[in-house]
Amino acid sequence: MTSPLFLPVAELPKLLARLLELGYKVIAPTIDQEAIVYSEIQSVEDLPRGWTDEQEPGHYRIKPTSNDRYFDYVVGPHSWKKYLFPPLQLISRAISGEEGWTFETCSDAPEQLAFLGVRACELAAMKIQDRVFLDGAYVDTGYQRRREGSFVIAVNCSVASPNCFCTSMNSGPRCKTGFDLALTELDDGMFVEVGSSRGQDVIEPLSLHAATTQHLNSAENLYARTVSQVSKHLNTDDLRNRLMSNLNDGKWDSVAERCLSCTNCTMVCPTCFCSHVSEVPSLDETVVERQRKWDSCFNLEFTAVHGTPVRNDVRSRYRQWLTHKLATWHDQFGESGCVGCGRCITWCPVGIDLTVEVNAICGGES
Amino acid sequence: MSNKLRLGVFKFASCDGCQLSLLNAEDELLALAEKLEIAHFLEASSIIGAGPFDVSLVEGSISTEADLQRIKDVRRLSKTLITIGACATSGGIQALRNGASYEEFVRAVYPSPEFIHSLETATPISQHVPVDFELRGCPVNTKQLVQILVDHLHGRRIRVPNHSVCRDCKLSGTVCVTVARGLPCLGPVTQAGCGAICPEFTRGCYGCYGPAHQSNPSSLMAWLSGHQHPVEQLVPLLQNFNAAAPAFSNAAKELQEGARR
Ligand code: SF4
Ligand code: SF4
Ligand code: SF4
Repeated sequence: MTSPLFLPVAELPKLLARLLELGYKVIAPTIDQEAIVYSEIQSVEDLPRGWTDEQEPGHYRIKPTSNDRYFDYVVGPHSWKKYLFPPLQLISRAISGEEGWTFETCSDAPEQLAFLGVRACELAAMKIQDRVFLDGAYVDTGYQRRREGSFVIAVNCSVASPNCFCTSMNSGPRCKTGFDLALTELDDGMFVEVGSSRGQDVIEPLSLHAATTQHLNSAENLYARTVSQVSKHLNTDDLRNRLMSNLNDGKWDSVAERCLSCTNCTMVCPTCFCSHVSEVPSLDETVVERQRKWDSCFNLEFTAVHGTPVRNDVRSRYRQWLTHKLATWHDQFGESGCVGCGRCITWCPVGIDLTVEVNAICGGES
Repeated sequence: MSNKLRLGVFKFASCDGCQLSLLNAEDELLALAEKLEIAHFLEASSIIGAGPFDVSLVEGSISTEADLQRIKDVRRLSKTLITIGACATSGGIQALRNGASYEEFVRAVYPSPEFIHSLETATPISQHVPVDFELRGCPVNTKQLVQILVDHLHGRRIRVPNHSVCRDCKLSGTVCVTVARGLPCLGPVTQAGCGAICPEFTRGCYGCYGPAHQSNPSSLMAWLSGHQHPVEQLVPLLQNFNAAAPAFSNAAKELQEGARR
C-alpha cells in the first residue's frame, strides 16, 4: 500500500464527492434526535462538526465543542450493524396459486454503501460478526452481500468517553486493519492511511500529497492522548474461567434486582447477532412472508423451548448475556464477544455497567 | 346455520376506544366477512344478536352490580372470550378509585352523586370469569386485534409479543428519550404493541400496554427518582391506564412509602 497521505481539511468534500460519483450511498455520523447517529449524508455539512458527546452509565448528551473538528466524539446509539444486519429482513415468501404453493427467496436490492467514520472498536465488531455470519458451513448470504458491497472509511478516535474500554479488549482506539481508508483528524486536515486496493482506487484521483513527518508525529500524539483518556478497564485475564466458575455467585441476584430485562444492551451492542424468524400470513392466507427481526436473550419468549422459557427469571437471562459475551463466546468463536465500545453501559436505562458487574461477580484480579 | 365464526363484541366500563380500533379495521373485517359473522356489536350495528358466540371480545372493566351478572352471561354464551384493552385487562383509569375513597371520588366527579350506583372498585374481567386471552393496549392496536382474530380463525394459537417497548425503539432507530434527553419513560417495563410511537415523538412511554414480562418497575423508579425525577412526577406516570396492574401499583406504593420515610 501507499504510504500515508494528507487530505487538507478544505478538501474533505472532494472525498465525499468522489464516493458519490462512484455510486456509493454515504452513511456517516450526523445529528438527529439529540444524538450522533448513523444516517445517509449528502455533504460534509451533514457531519456533526463542532459537536461532541458526553457519556456516563445510563446518560448521553451532545454538546458543542470549542473547535470545529468533524469527528470529536465517540460512538453513539447506532452501530453499523443496522446496515449489515438490518433489524427487519424479509427472508422469503410463499405464494398460493392454482398450481399450489410457490416459494421465493427475497433479497434486498443491493446497495453500495460507504461507511464514513467507523471507529476501531467498530472495525473489531464487524470482524466478530463476520465470524458469526460468514464462517463455517452456513453463510448468511444477505450479510455477505452487504458486507462485501460496503466501503469502510475508519476514523481514529481523538477522544474517549468514560464508558470506553477498548484498550482492555484490544480493539482500539487505533484502527489497524479492516478498513479501505483510515483518517486521523489533525488540526489542519486528515492523515490518511490506505488499507486496500479499493481504498487506493478511491483516493488516487484526489492527487494528495504524502503526509509529512510532522503529520505523522501529530497523529502519534493524538493516539497516545486518546489511549490515556480511556479510564475504564476490564481485567480479561482468564476471564472466561473466572466467570464460568462463579455461575452461582450471589452477586447475580443483585444485578437481577436492577436489570429491567428491557433488551437495550443487546440491541445497541455491535456484536449481538440474535434474531427470530416468524411466518406472517396475509389476511386471506394466500401469501406467507418469512420475516427475521432482531431479538434478544433478555426476551422471555426467546428462551422458550417447546413453549416454555428455560431462563425463567431476569437473573438467568442477565447471566446468559454476560457469560455469552465474555466467556462462552470464546468456546463458540475463539474470541471475546465484546469490543469495549461502552454502548451497553450508556444506553442501559438504569446504568448497569458490565465491567462493574464482572468485578463484583468474579473480582478484578485473576 | 352457516359455518361462519360468530363474533360478539361487548362493552363494560370503558371509553369505547378499543371497539373503535375494531371499527378502524373495516377493510380487514370486510375481507374476513366470508368467515366471520359479526353477530353482536352495538357500537357498529343496532342488531342485538343472541348467543352463543364462537368468539367474544370484551372491552371495559367491572364497575357496577349489573356488570357482575352480565359478564357471567357473556362468558356462558362464549366459546372463546378475549378481553381487549387496559380497562378489561387491569381495570383501566377508573381503577384509580381502588384503594382510595370511593365516596370522595363520586362527589368530586359527579354533580349529582346520588344517581351513581357503582361498585367501590373497577376490576379486570379475569377477576370474575375465566379469560382465554388478554389483548393489551389503551386502546388496542388494530393490527394486533386483526391478527389475533385471523389466527383464531385459522386455528392457530393466539399470541402477541410480550417484550418491552424499548426493543421496538431500537428496531426503528429511535434514540432513547430517557438516556439522551432525561425524560422519564415507562418503555423498559411496558409491553410492546404500539410500535414505540411516543418515544418517536419525543415523549416518554405512558405504559398503555401494561407491564412487560417479568417487569421490574421498582428498579426503574429507583433510578429515575435518583436522577432528578421527583416522586410527584413518577407516581402519576405509573397511575395511568394500567394503574391497577400489580407491577405498576406496587411500584407506585413503594415510591409513596419511600417519600414518606
Ligand atoms: S458488550 Fe457492551 S461494551 Fe461490549 S461490545 Fe457489546 S455494547 Fe460494546
Ligand atoms: S442490563 Fe440494562 S439495558 Fe440490559 S436488559 Fe438489563 S436494564 Fe436493560
Ligand atoms: S425511549 Fe423509552 S421505550 Fe424507548 S428505549 Fe428509551 S426507555 Fe425504552
